[in-house]
Order: sequence, then C-alpha cells, then structure tokens
Amino acid sequence: MAESHRIAGAGRLIGARPLHFTFDGEPHTGLEGDTLASALLANGVHLVGRSFKYHRPRGILSAGAEEPNALVGIHRDEARRTPNVRATVQEVYDGLSAVSQNRWPSLAFDVGAINNLASPFFSAGFYYKTFMWPKAAWAKLYEPNIRSAAGLGVAPHKPDPDHYSSRFAHCDVLVVGGGAAGLAAALSAAENGARVILCDEQANFGGAMRYESGARIDGLEGWHWTQDTARRLSEMDGVTLLTRTTAFGYYAQNFVGLVERVSEHLAAPGDQPRERLWQVRAKRVVLATGSIERHMVFADNDRPGIMLASAARTYLNHYGVGVGRAVGVYTANESAYRAAIDLKNAGVDLRVIVDLRDNPAGAVIDEAKGLGIEILPGRAVTAVGGSLRVRSITVQPKTGEGTGRQIAVDALLMSAGWTPSVHLFSQSRGKVAFEAGTQRFVPGTYAQDCVSVGSCNGTDDLAAAIREALAAGERAAKAAGRSGTARLAVKVEASESWSAGMVGTGPGAGKDTKVKAFVDFQNDVTAKDIRQAVREGMRSIEHVKRFTTNGMATDQGKTSNLHGLAIAAEMLGKDIPEVGLTTFRAPYTPVTYGAIVNHARGKLFDPTRTTPIHGWEERHGAVFEDVGQWKRARYYPQAGEDMHAAVNRECHTVRQAAGLFDASTLGKIEVAGPDAATFMELLYTNQWQKLEPGRCRYGIMLREDGFIYDDGVVGRLAHDRFHVTTTTGGAARVLNHMEDYLQTEFPDLSVWLTSVSEQWAVIAVQGPKSREIIAPLVDGIDISDAEMPHMSVREGRICGVPTRLFRMSFTGERGFEVNVPADYGEAVWEALWAEGQKHCACAYGTEAMHVLRAEKGYIIVGQDTDGTVTPSDAGLDWAVGKKKTDFVGIRGLKRTDLVAPGRRQLVGLRTKDPKTVLEEGAQIVADPKQAVPMKMIGHVTSAYWSENCGRSIALAVIEDGRDRMGQTLHVPMPSTTIEVEVCDAVFFDQNGERLHG
Amino acid sequence: MADIALAERRQKQGGRKAAAGNVTLTAASPASRLALRAPEPSLGPLSRALGMTLPTTAKTSATSANRRRHSLWLGPDEWLVIDENGADLVAECATSNSLCSAVDVSHRNVAILVDGVGAAACINAGCPQDLSLETFPAGGCSRTVLGKIEVVLFRTAETAFRVEVWRSFSDYAWDFLEDAARDS
Repeated sequence: MAESHRIAGAGRLIGARPLHFTFDGEPHTGLEGDTLASALLANGVHLVGRSFKYHRPRGILSAGAEEPNALVGIHRDEARRTPNVRATVQEVYDGLSAVSQNRWPSLAFDVGAINNLASPFFSAGFYYKTFMWPKAAWAKLYEPNIRSAAGLGVAPHKPDPDHYSSRFAHCDVLVVGGGAAGLAAALSAAENGARVILCDEQANFGGAMRYESGARIDGLEGWHWTQDTARRLSEMDGVTLLTRTTAFGYYAQNFVGLVERVSEHLAAPGDQPRERLWQVRAKRVVLATGSIERHMVFADNDRPGIMLASAARTYLNHYGVGVGRAVGVYTANESAYRAAIDLKNAGVDLRVIVDLRDNPAGAVIDEAKGLGIEILPGRAVTAVGGSLRVRSITVQPKTGEGTGRQIAVDALLMSAGWTPSVHLFSQSRGKVAFEAGTQRFVPGTYAQDCVSVGSCNGTDDLAAAIREALAAGERAAKAAGRSGTARLAVKVEASESWSAGMVGTGPGAGKDTKVKAFVDFQNDVTAKDIRQAVREGMRSIEHVKRFTTNGMATDQGKTSNLHGLAIAAEMLGKDIPEVGLTTFRAPYTPVTYGAIVNHARGKLFDPTRTTPIHGWEERHGAVFEDVGQWKRARYYPQAGEDMHAAVNRECHTVRQAAGLFDASTLGKIEVAGPDAATFMELLYTNQWQKLEPGRCRYGIMLREDGFIYDDGVVGRLAHDRFHVTTTTGGAARVLNHMEDYLQTEFPDLSVWLTSVSEQWAVIAVQGPKSREIIAPLVDGIDISDAEMPHMSVREGRICGVPTRLFRMSFTGERGFEVNVPADYGEAVWEALWAEGQKHCACAYGTEAMHVLRAEKGYIIVGQDTDGTVTPSDAGLDWAVGKKKTDFVGIRGLKRTDLVAPGRRQLVGLRTKDPKTVLEEGAQIVADPKQAVPMKMIGHVTSAYWSENCGRSIALAVIEDGRDRMGQTLHVPMPSTTIEVEVCDAVFFDQNGERLHG
Repeated sequence: MADIALAERRQKQGGRKAAAGNVTLTAASPASRLALRAPEPSLGPLSRALGMTLPTTAKTSATSANRRRHSLWLGPDEWLVIDENGADLVAECATSNSLCSAVDVSHRNVAILVDGVGAAACINAGCPQDLSLETFPAGGCSRTVLGKIEVVLFRTAETAFRVEVWRSFSDYAWDFLEDAARDS
C-alpha cells in the first residue's frame, strides 16, 4: 500500500523522488525530504515503539528534536546500528532500515507490557524501595533483571567503522536557530560586516515557517521568505550556514559546541564523516531557538495517534501528510485552531475542537466556526479509547458534571501552550525569569555576551520577533567590532501569534491512582507520580525530579518539565517560581561518542613517540615497552630466549664486553647564558660554580618541600652553557619547573632554557670494551682515561657528524654516551654496532639497564623514590652542597620531620634464599609473628634476578635502614613469608673501580 | 682519521607525501633551525648578524629577500629561525657578540607542509586558533596545539602552512593531518 495518507497537492515534497525503506522489516515508500516519522505517517503507521518502563504502545508526538516517544533503531549494517534515533529527526534515505525498540516478540504484541498491568508496583521511586530486601536477592535477582530492563535500544556489537571529524571555528556572531528570527538576525549581522555562523538542527532553515501557513514577509509566503533569506546569506562572504547542526552545549566565554550530522541522511555516505563536531568561539551569540509546544495531561494521553497540534500541522504543511482521517483537537490555546483549520481545508474530517477554556474568542476561533468545525468550550478530554491507536475520545465538562460524550477519532491533536526553549540560555548560566501572565520562563539575567530573540525570548508576534532579531544582529555585529551601517527593514504583512495556554493537568488526569496521565513520555512519569513524590515529602523540584525521574530521559523533559513543575507547585500550594526550575545541562540532545572523540581513535588516540633508532630496534627483534608515550626497546630476545634469558645474557655481556643502549628518550635541556651556573646552583642541590667546562656531575633537583623531584647527569660545555639531562618521564615537567622558577623567582638572571631532548639521539656504549668500540669512529677527541676521565664531556665528531660525547655510566662500567643530531642517530648506531660486533657486544634494553643500575645501587627517580624521599633518605647526602646558602628545597630539607629519626632510608636487601626474587612494592616487617595488622617498616622499591651477582637483589626503603645493616627482616606474601637481610645498596663492584676502566 | 665513513642522514618523514580532500601534505626538506632567546638590546646586532630584522610583534614572522630564511616570533624574547639553505645559524649569531642563547634545534623539529584550499580547515580540525586570513594572514605564526600535541604553525601563503613539530610527535602530526584532510 503506497502512502495512504499523503494528501495530493499538500506540502513541499511534491514531485520529490520516491524512496524505499523498511520498518521492522515491512517495506514502505517515502519521499526524498521525508523524516522517518513523516514517511511512516504517510503510510498510516502511528505505532512505532514501546515505552521504557510500562512497555506501553507509543506513537509520534512531535515533528522535531523534542520527540520523547518515537525512538527507533537505524540499521545500516552489522556494525552500524544506532539505537534511540528520533524518527522525527532521522531523514529517510533509499534502503533505510528502521526497527522498533523495547518490545518482544513484536511491536504489536509485547510480553513486557505486563509491566503496565503491574504498574502499581512500579510507582515513583520504586527502585529506591522495592529492592531493599531480602538483601541476598539483590545480586542474583534484582540487579541482573534491572540491568536487562534498564536502558533503551541495543548498542552495536562491532567497532564503529564510521569516521568523525572536528572543526574549531571563530566568528563574530553565532546565531543558533534558523527560523524567521534567526535568519533575520544572521542577515542583519552579516550585512553589517560580521563573520556569521548560523546553525539549525533541521535539514532546512525555516523553523516554525515549516508549519505556519499564515505568515507573509516582504511579499512572500513565510516559508519562501526564509528560503530566500537563507539563499541570500549563502552567497555572502564570511557567512557559514550549517543545517542538520545542533548547538548542544553552551560553555564559558561564548564557547558553543555544535554537532553537524554530515551523512546520516545519505544512502551512500562515501568518504564523508558521519558527524562533524564544531567547537565555536563567538564574540556574540544570538539565540533564536524558538519554543516547543506542550501536550495536554489527561488519561491515556500517550496512545499512538495523539500528537502535538503543531506536529500534525508540520506533517500536513511541509510533508503533505494527513495524520488521520477523523481528527479531534484538544487545546487550551489558539494555536491548535490553526492546525484544525489547515487540516479541514486539506479535506480532512475535523471532528471536534475541545477547548478547556470557557469562552475562547477571536478571529481564529471565528474562522474555525466558519468552516463548520464543532467547538466544545469549557470541556476536557477525560478518556481515550483504543490501545495501539486512539479510537475515540470521551469529552466531559471540565467541572466533571454530566456524562461523557464519546467521539470517534483516529488522531487527536493537542496543545497546552508553548514553552520558550531557554535550554542554551540556561546552560550559559543565564537566569530565567517567570512571566506569571503567560505562565512561562523567559530569559532574565544574562551571564555571557549573548541575546535571545523571537519566541525563545517570549516574543510571540512575528513582526516584533523579526524587528528584535534585526536589531540584535546589528548590535552584535557592532559589538564584535564591525562598523557596518546597514539597517535592514523587513515587512511582516501577516502572521500568526499566540501565547498563554496552561501548565499542569486538566480534569482528565484524574485524582485516583489508576489513571495514567503522562507528563514525561520517555521516562513514563505520570501526574500521579509527581503528586506521590510531593506526598512522600519532596519539596524542591530538584528532589521531585530525581524521585520521579521526570525530565531525566534523553529528551531532558523538553515537553514535560513545566507540567511537572506546575503539578508539584499545585500540590505544594506554592507559586511555580517558588518551586523552582531545574537547571538545563549540556547536551541539548544526545551527542554520539563518535562526535566527541572524532579523530582521537586508533593511532590518534594518543601520540606514540619513537626514537631515531627505533627502526633498527624493530629489525633486530626488540620487544618494546611503553614508557609514557615512548616506545622503548625492553630486551632483544635471540632465538629460543624468553625475557629472563635475554636480560640475563644482556646484563652479563655488558659487564664482560660491552652493550649498546638507546638512551635517546632522556630529557635534555640546554641552559645557556652568563648566569647559567648561578641558575644551576639554585635549581640543583649540588655545587656547579666550580665545575670546570668539560666535566660532568650527577645532579639532584628538589621541590620546595625537600623531596627529590628529578636527577640526571649535567655536563658543562662552556662557562656559560650546561647540557642538562633529566629522566625520560621528567623531561617536560622538569623544563616547566625550571622555567617556572626562572620566570617567577629569578627573573633577573641572564639565562635561557631550551629543550634539546629531540635534537640529540643518545647511544650509551657501556662496558669494558666501550672505548675500543667508539675509538675508530671518533674524530678530534682524545678519549684516553687520562684526557677524558669518568664524568667528562667533549665536543667533536663521530662518524663525521657532530657529537657531544659524555664519559659517564649508569651501569658501573666504563661507559660513554654518544649524542649525535637525531637524523644521524640510526646510522651512527649502526656504525657502533658494527664495531661492537668485533668485541662481542650486544644491544641491551631497558630491562637490563634497570638490573645493571640496581646492581650498583643507582636509584631511578619515580621507582626508588615516590615524592617523599629526601637526598639523605636515598643515601645521596654527598650530592647536597653543604656550604650552599640557597637552592630550591633547602628550607624544606630542614623540616623537623625530615631530620627526625625513623626516616625510611634506601638500603639493599638480600633474600636468605638467593633464588627468591622479591616483588616490587612488597611490604617489610620486623616481626612476622605480630598480630595483623602488622607494623610495616618499609617496602621493596626494586627487585631483580642478577646474573652478574648470581642471586636475587633488591632495593628497599626501610625505617632507619642504614642502622639495620645485617638485620633480618621479613616480607610477608600471601602464601609465605620471605626472610631478607639488610645490606648495602651496592651489590656489584663496591669500590667502583670498573668505572675508570 | 679520514677513513671514517660519514654517517648517513635519515630524515624523519623524509620524502613523505599524501593527498586527501582539498589538501596535500609534504614532508619539508631538511633545514637548519635555531631556538633563539635574546633580550631587547641584542635584537639589533642579532638582526644584522642574521641579515633580517627579528619581528617583535606577537604572531608575526619575517622572511628574507630570497625567501629561504624565516624568523618566527614565539614569545617576547623568543624566536624560531628557519634557514631552508641549511646555514650555520649558531655561528652567525656568534658573530653578533651579543647577549643571547642560540641553540641549534635543526634535528629536533620536522616540518610538514600543508597546502591547498582546505589547508586551514584541515589544521582547524585540531587547532583551536582562528585561522581566518583576517586574524592569521600569510606570514602569521604561533606556537599552538594540534590535537594532542604542540606545534609551531607558520602560514607561508593564503592556502599554505608549515607545521613545525618535534620529531617524535611527527608521526602523530602526519596521521592527524592526513585524517583531517579527508574532511577539508
């Protein structure tokens, strides 16, 4: 059956291309330009879903973003299954497949609807009460069942194959909402020279002109004026027009988030992103977000076929669809009369207008009467017949007297009035004000450089709205610094306007507990739920909201908030402003994670940093570990080796022959200027003034509190130039720390800091053969022990390229660190590797590096220290200049608790069983027989198997550790307690002779 | 020791090219780069030594007559000097005998050239700055962010940018720009 309810000659899709789509597998035809909702209605389909809690049959309430009912799944393929799509927003494309949600086995027969019969058990706040006991039932019965019932729609099982993009944008004036007012504001701002972004959530600009038939602007029908104006704007420089784009969040300093649905409406999106996130910084914002019609609250007002009057009018005037063949209207304001008149004129049997008001009067009422429409004033709809579709309504005097009159209808249009869309204004931290006469909240006090125009501002009259918008656009352009002098005039020859209406329930909502008069359709909140919340003691709307979940669904109560508030206020006997309006929060409508994450997926989730030598390491089978964002070679397994075997071999080889290690990730900072040494004295604990150029020193940096912040070897290149190294992880923060002190504490010093971490590739050549390996490649540097002793630095050439050659060691062996400009790193490594092969050297990774340094008792900041370790605790007192009068942390070191006995001090640990390797982080106790909880006197910071020592080794921090040499302590583990002996932290070559060759 | 083989220079991203949307990406040729810090009194001597006037206005640059050397203002006392002919900029600064810190960072940075009518849109996928010609004209420059990393952005023409990035972040920068270019 093709489009049974499309009315010939009606709407704006005349002549549009037919499209084929399915709903729950049933094939249907629609027209290009249809939303899924309009296309379903064109086929006479009203039943589109089941409600969240009671599984009640639901239809289409609205024709826009506020839709609480018509949520469907859109399936493109296995991986592209989007749940909870509003059928009123989704455009139809050829081949679209939509499925209904929250029903089983079918939409028309849903087992879950038993919840509707069991509804007395699901009253407001039921989840706070019912599941409290028996307590044991929670984990096995209640929670699993609630989890499966909770949530709406089914998420896809596969990774999202679509791509999403991001765009930062700046403008003078951002206009949100492209109805008549928004277009006028944008045009006025653009004509005055402003850079303008205009966005609208619909597929076309036009706003209320989509359904209003009575407006004439500048000689054109209202809709045509909006299309003309949009075209005019599109031809102007500096104007960006964004349709299908929702402004979802208004943040600080006119920062507004928009999401543009780029290809959601296309059958074949190609390479286009699915959505584009816009992050807009606007000098001025004009909000022209319109208003949203409210439904009437009466018994069974959720039956499919019952919808907002303006929605029915949209379906007729824009999409050419008649929502029913026998239509009733239930209203408390005039705008619904317009819908009735349009439908009547389109040939629809308009059965009745039920008006809650006693004496409705005015031109529009006369016009309806003139068309022969029956009007029943002072009456209410008190009952609805039909379940999967409305069949009839029962009309009674609103006083409740007399018997009801039943009228057969297949659609009922309702309008309780209009709620200005103040969501974004409220998000901007603006304060709303209550207009008692019209019973609505409108923008009151502004918090940002923004202005509201048109119906979101409570300006009902079209001419007034456009005047207001034109002026706002012009003012915004001027405020943004543009000097245009355009003063536009737009003549509104005819318009519709309405206001007032009602909030809260009509008589049909009933007082007894059985009536379901829905306030919030999406969360299944009824009028009685709100009354019950008040009866149970909720006084503030914030509490009522949380107790009933009114307005807490994904539609954020766009249609329900004001009704809920009014019912609560009535129950409390207070005025609406006294009960308060809940705060609106971003997002205005749901935003996909894809749009928020956009490019930051896969390899763009986080930068992966590799060193210049990474390629060689990969080719030689390195296993990498993540160190922050860096990939570092952890070990180089040979055939048949596991990590343990590879690390043992690497450690052994370094001490027997030599090893090459990629140390390029070390932080490097060049400290240059005449006051460089003075600055170093202030930032490090050590003495620097007397360090001769060409020599190095191990430096310790403290925070003000006296705890170790970083360490590293520093080479003095010249009187006024230091080459500072930091830990890999500390590279960025140490530079920031130094720069911070330089700028805030020592700004008088002539010294500058430059990060050269990535300028230099660093190749550590360590081991007894290290000098023989580098010797053939070095040019212009005497590397003999006499001329270049341990802890010295020279500049010269290696492999023909510049080098800063350090004689230093983190292994305890004679060693060099070869710094070369990064692009040469890999080639120099290869040359050193070739030389190393002659001496049986190996490449070693971070794991062997850790073991080798632990054998020597060298600490790693961040592993053996944890931000509460002083130099004295770490056994590094020798590195603190005793005669120095100032450095960062000098006062901190003198704090009483840092000089008191009982400090945890760095020591070595030997397990009684040499084969047992301790666990890093394990706690240490003196007496293993004491009662739990035991007194912990320290913990293991580093623990390894040492092939070179032929036993396990460990470093630990222990209370008064240095006074405990030789003591036996205990490390309790889950299955056993390990005996350990406290020893010196240096396990290998205790005299340090190997350093010097 | 004349028999030492000269180490080959292996440029990160060297020779890499890509095109998508309205943008082409090209890895820039090697260049010498100088991180220059200097107080105001040194600017005259340094400008003479470098053969170009160091800019003193925020977010502006100066380019030499042969268009091969650029000085980018990065801060009140900070410039990034790029010489596409590979000149020894540290040595040139030394001839000025003025108070400064001149540090060679030629290998620290990699440059990605972003060209085409979609160049600004591509970069704006991850850079929050206003890249309209009005506020960021050709010659404009800024140390800023691109996605999750820091870059120095230099607009060389209306539709051309040079993105200077630390070498270990250049894989990320390239991948980000290539992904963003699809929607430029």
